Amino acid sequence: MVAIGSKCRTCRGPAIIDLPRHNANFCAEHFMELCRRQVSKAIDHFKMLGRDDRILVAVSGGKDSLAVWDLLIDLGYEADGLYVGLGIGDYSETSAEYARAFAAGRGLNLIEVKLRDEYGYDIPTAAKATRRVPCSACGMSKRHIFDKVALDGDYTVLVTGHNLDDEAAVLFGNTLRWDVEYLARQLPVLEARNGFPKKVKPLVRLTERETAAWCIVRGIDYLVDECPMAAGNKHLAYKGALNTIEETSPGSKASFYFNFIDNMAPLLAGRAVADGQQLGSCSNCGAPTTGNVCAFCHLVETASAHAPVPVELVMRKGRGKR
Amino acid sequence: MKVKLRNPSREIEIAGPRRVHALLAKLQLNRESHLVICNGTLVPGDAELLDDDVVEIRPVISGGA
Repeated sequence: MVAIGSKCRTCRGPAIIDLPRHNANFCAEHFMELCRRQVSKAIDHFKMLGRDDRILVAVSGGKDSLAVWDLLIDLGYEADGLYVGLGIGDYSETSAEYARAFAAGRGLNLIEVKLRDEYGYDIPTAAKATRRVPCSACGMSKRHIFDKVALDGDYTVLVTGHNLDDEAAVLFGNTLRWDVEYLARQLPVLEARNGFPKKVKPLVRLTERETAAWCIVRGIDYLVDECPMAAGNKHLAYKGALNTIEETSPGSKASFYFNFIDNMAPLLAGRAVADGQQLGSCSNCGAPTTGNVCAFCHLVETASAHAPVPVELVMRKGRGKR
Repeated sequence: MKVKLRNPSREIEIAGPRRVHALLAKLQLNRESHLVICNGTLVPGDAELLDDDVVEIRPVISGGA
């Protein structure tokens, strides 16, 4: 490989990455500096974390969750990880190995919850038993367990690895539907309320190309392959559409998302469904719910009564994990 | 050069020399959705790839967020 003219914007040394949205190239050292600065800026600007917080990071073994955990530790925070074993065949086995290796290599505490062991089902079985899109059963299961482990463990903040692309894609989908109630709660910080822990997204100022680059530069091994149940989902299609725009108009994703946060989100304050709801407690597990029994307990009851379903049986082209 | 692609994993042979941007364009891959790793190191869009390089084009888009 012959290096051509790209120079780091900061030190003029050979660049390893070009970032069109910053109209700049960076060497490894100054790319990492940029990432730290962007994450610190998000944490400070949105008041995500304090030094006294007990932090729990939702870890999947993919690039974003390992990057956010690594960045928080790098920035001097203490944080434990939580891995949920979803039972999606080899994909879950491999992702768990990446999460464990990351934690073990850094002496970090990783909590593991396996759906099959703790609740008697896995995501392929839940999808089949409930006739839900796999992503729906997956998202509901993870959210419930994240909340439960955070609250039971007295963690004050739950951190997720959602990045700028994730947020822009969700915003894009909600905007296509003008789904005001979901738009109203699409914020980088959700404060603790009604039995839910505070949730924050420190990577909202980094694209997923940047979080992947962070992992490569830092030598973090992560699961590159896509979830076999996610192929063809809408979220991926929205990301592809936004990246087509981004390629010809760098910075579009950031302006789409952050101008929404600055200009539209304040106008929608109080419009989220949850804002007006009086939540009770699930009679079975105690989690917040509008009904007598929460949706997660309904899912567990149905899925755990069903014979285990191998992932191959619910993989279908054009159906996905979200 | 050997070029490793993902989803599904496969390897193809592409003639060099060729700039990173030109390689992505030839394969009709969006550069915002991919990183290019040459001989184990990240490389920017204007890096020139040679015949004896081992190249990985790594997708960065994930759908399970």
